[in-house]
Amino acid sequence: MPGHDTARDVYRQALPVILVSLVAGLFSGTILGSETMRAGISEVPGLLLLLPAFLATRGGVYGSLGARLSTGLHQGLIEPQFQLDRRLTNAIIASFLNGMAVSVFIGVITFLWLRLFGTAGNLLELVGIMVVAGFLSAVLMISVLIAVIFVGYRRGLDPDNVIGPVVTTLGDVFGVFFLLVGIYVVGAVL
Amino acid sequence: MSDLGALGESTTASGEGSGGGSDGDREYVDEWSVRRIVRTMIPLLAALSVLQLVSGTVLETYEQTLVANPALLVLVPVQIGTAGNLASITCSRLTTQLYLGTYELRPSNPELRANVGAVFALAGTVFGIVGVAAWGIGVALGGTLGLGRVLLVSLVSGMLLAVLVVVASVAAVEISYRVGLNPDDTTIPVVTNLCDVAGVLILFAVVSLVV
Repeated sequence: MPGHDTARDVYRQALPVILVSLVAGLFSGTILGSETMRAGISEVPGLLLLLPAFLATRGGVYGSLGARLSTGLHQGLIEPQFQLDRRLTNAIIASFLNGMAVSVFIGVITFLWLRLFGTAGNLLELVGIMVVAGFLSAVLMISVLIAVIFVGYRRGLDPDNVIGPVVTTLGDVFGVFFLLVGIYVVGAVL
Repeated sequence: MSDLGALGESTTASGEGSGGGSDGDREYVDEWSVRRIVRTMIPLLAALSVLQLVSGTVLETYEQTLVANPALLVLVPVQIGTAGNLASITCSRLTTQLYLGTYELRPSNPELRANVGAVFALAGTVFGIVGVAAWGIGVALGGTLGLGRVLLVSLVSGMLLAVLVVVASVAAVEISYRVGLNPDDTTIPVVTNLCDVAGVLILFAVVSLVV
């Protein structure tokens, strides 16, 4: 075991991961600051209200899927390949259900919160945006996560070290983008 | 749905939910049932989203300022993400050192000093870059905030956040250790979410002073 880490050692080890997530954050910030998104924020009441919850819960849902798959691989409970294994399918179905349920929940509580503080909100619009953004997130996060974990594991990467950065980065980059897609789709339908 | 979780292993006594059979194995497989995973996660996720509404409310309050100044909108996801990242690194390091017996809550403790020094150095680096980048992106998106102001907002809120990350991580590790909870399970989710929310609160406290 190595001895004592100095502040400089810690800094050097942590900086790359922090910088990757910084780039991802700036990317999603750029989408958030774009003209289309700002127009959406002005037009849809409650969009800024649900933004932090939407971004944070995806870390919870897919981070835990990643951790579960990683533990399963280490324990030999699942194989690192795409096959109709019960445990693998269960984990996927469960995280999909969690992701969708939480998205709908966020749409509903945002509406209620707006009501509580006297602002008018549109329940259908908020839930619709959340369903579209939540569904796209689920499909993307689950497929990329599984691919990265399995391919990484077969090449000798410890999935425990990969999940955190992958979930944060993907979530940041695509979360805001899918929200924008949701606004667009719901705007076109309603 | 009830037999979804009972497959996989060739457990014979797995017909209905209450089947006897080899208990350990059954429990093992059950960990992977859809219902079990959903039931454990949903309350947690729901509580988390209600908590995040606090930072949402702050964002909503500053809607006008945000829409007028895209540079500030750019800062939002970075602030949220970096706060959580710094917190999770600090917590997991402190926890490991606690188990190794090298951590002690004392200003002279070398491990503690190294972690604190690193958090401040990381925050300085990241929020310096972020300030310049957010200003540039803001200008490209049609904003009018000057470099000095964006940089000031980013650095001041970033350093305050670093203070919070250190205090919250140390407190969380101490408390869960004293209460007898495993800090690995408790500190990271609690502190990262706390810092996510606080990141937005601090950002806008600084925004209201500077912009």
